[in-house]
Amino acid sequence: MTWLLHRAPIRFVSWLGLALAVVLPGAACKKDPAPAAGSASAAGEAKAPGSANPEPLKVAFAYVGPVGDGGWTFAHDNARKALEKEFGGKIVTSFVEGVPEAADAERVFRDMIHQGNKLIFGTTFGYMEPMRKVAADARDVKFEHATGYKTAENLRTYDSRTYEGAYMAGVIAGSVTQSNLLGVVGSVPIPEVIRNIDSFTLGAQSVNPKITTKVVWINKWFDPPHETDAARSLLDGGADILFQNTDSSAVLRAAAQAGKYGFGWDSDMSSYAPKAHLASAVINWAPYYIKATRDVLEGTWTTGRTWWGVQQGAIDLVAISDKVPAEAKAKVDAIKAGLKNGSFVIWKGPIFGQDGKEVLQQGQVADDKFLGGINFYVQGVDGPVPGAR
Amino acid sequence: MIDASALLVAASLHAGTVLALAALGLVINERAGVVNLGAEGMMLVAALAGFVATVWTGEPWLGLFAGGLAGALLAAGFGLLVLWLNANQYAAGLALSLFGAGFSAFAGAPFTQERLPERVDAFRIPVLADLPWVGPAVFRQHPMVYVAMVLAIALAWFFYRSRAGLVVRAIGESPEAAHALGYPVRRIRLLAVIAGGALCGVSGAYISVIYTQLWVEGMVAGKGWIALALTTFGTWRPGRVLIGAYLFGGVTMLQFYLQGRGVAIPSQWLTMLPYLATIAVLVMISRNPRWIRTNMPASLGKPFWPEG
Repeated sequence: MTWLLHRAPIRFVSWLGLALAVVLPGAACKKDPAPAAGSASAAGEAKAPGSANPEPLKVAFAYVGPVGDGGWTFAHDNARKALEKEFGGKIVTSFVEGVPEAADAERVFRDMIHQGNKLIFGTTFGYMEPMRKVAADARDVKFEHATGYKTAENLRTYDSRTYEGAYMAGVIAGSVTQSNLLGVVGSVPIPEVIRNIDSFTLGAQSVNPKITTKVVWINKWFDPPHETDAARSLLDGGADILFQNTDSSAVLRAAAQAGKYGFGWDSDMSSYAPKAHLASAVINWAPYYIKATRDVLEGTWTTGRTWWGVQQGAIDLVAISDKVPAEAKAKVDAIKAGLKNGSFVIWKGPIFGQDGKEVLQQGQVADDKFLGGINFYVQGVDGPVPGAR
Repeated sequence: MIDASALLVAASLHAGTVLALAALGLVINERAGVVNLGAEGMMLVAALAGFVATVWTGEPWLGLFAGGLAGALLAAGFGLLVLWLNANQYAAGLALSLFGAGFSAFAGAPFTQERLPERVDAFRIPVLADLPWVGPAVFRQHPMVYVAMVLAIALAWFFYRSRAGLVVRAIGESPEAAHALGYPVRRIRLLAVIAGGALCGVSGAYISVIYTQLWVEGMVAGKGWIALALTTFGTWRPGRVLIGAYLFGGVTMLQFYLQGRGVAIPSQWLTMLPYLATIAVLVMISRNPRWIRTNMPASLGKPFWPEG
């Protein structure tokens, strides 16, 4: 019931937008006013010479949260804006926010097709089955699903190596901490998040072997009051640096309130807490969105799976604070350079599990399959993995 | 290192205060016989109003005031609808809830990137804060925590020891009888609704201005509904509602503390704990029908029309 009431208004607004979009042909829902105006005039110019392809490509995005979350969805929407800038009048983009990770998502996708969108991005894991269903019925539409693992002829997946940002944040945390106790607010215990916690810990251990990481899960992606609660319990437990895999800036603010430190995640959050902010691990979806759109425009789109990181400009650690020692900064720069040219690998043995068992032998490099299935904590992380037997 | 149990108590009081403020407001509503399901919507709008006021003025207390004002205004609108236009209370309340969520998301969009001045919160009551255990557990809280406690006591006194409180309760039990005695039933109900809305508003602003110190849409995340459940949970008695709020805050915080301590219970189970505890207590209460019957306002949710 609570769920229904919580989601319903957002959905109502979205549907109203969709309805309007059907009534007013050519006007997609909730278009960003400024770029839309720009693209409209650009479209007019493009049409003038009487080109063979006057119809712009319609691109739609489904977001799980509000654009204003300042984190995950915000990052996707920034990339959408970059996409509009890149292609101007050749494309028209639209989005629906607050689409729940449930059967309702299917209706949203079907409506997007109905509006004539030929390229559709679903930006959360939970859209996997709805997208697969819809993709089977709309063969002429290309589907792009973030963080999923199931593909089809016209459905492919993309993801970012967020753990690279987590590792670099860990290097900074390990250099700045005084209690040697780091706290992580975890969202939902899936391999992606566990991998981030592990990578954060590995990064911290690379500069400070005495590090212990404590994890508190809230089992949600977005719930600022609970994120705050969880952050406080970690601070009370003695952690002096917090890290989070949740979608808002609440954890960073909680650290600031206690006079401790934290990180930004997904988007640059430095301005939310200038004193407490150490760095922001950001995802830049724009390079991939531009590539995917170009693939469709040029007719070279084929199914597959993409996992981009620092190397492709999809992951970065930005806005590093002055409080971070110069040597840690230099180390982060070296890691970035190493990830870019492929000379540095984060998940390379020896790496030990929490129980002391060696999971990667000396010199052994984890492949993507291994990384995709991480459901264990590395040595130095405290407590059990939820649901693990 | 301060005793962990003291910190848990402190965190529970802090978390419970949000719920207590809203639930006490709703008790005022419901004691007068009006159910306002719009708590969640009022809290969201108030959270935004409080946040915006704090951004503009830099003063959190003005933010709380603005939140209370926003809640009171919305509640006044709701009151006019259900008391004078005889709209169905449940439907109007749900509508208010949906409206509040949608409106705050729409109007708040430009403010998600705004931020409050960064500050370290350190409140303490002189002398008492230095007591062993009790000091860190109880006497180092934000002033609003004590305001909520005082409010609960004041409301208990008001309802059971003052004549005005007796009138409000009488209207909640039998508006016809109160009307026959010459009391302006609708006006008193409206005042109760406004007072309730103001408290929900303060609670909403407390979340955005003091607790999380940020604004994002949907940030109240169901706290308004929990506050509504708490009024029944506390059988419409301010003291019990306050304890219920702390209990709920405590169970919520306990799950995080247990996780932080590496207790081997899956966190999904821990996430369910607060809700399971609520259901358990509600079942226990309803097993004893006299608890509900003697405390529940007899005309709760029923419309009153003076001529009819």
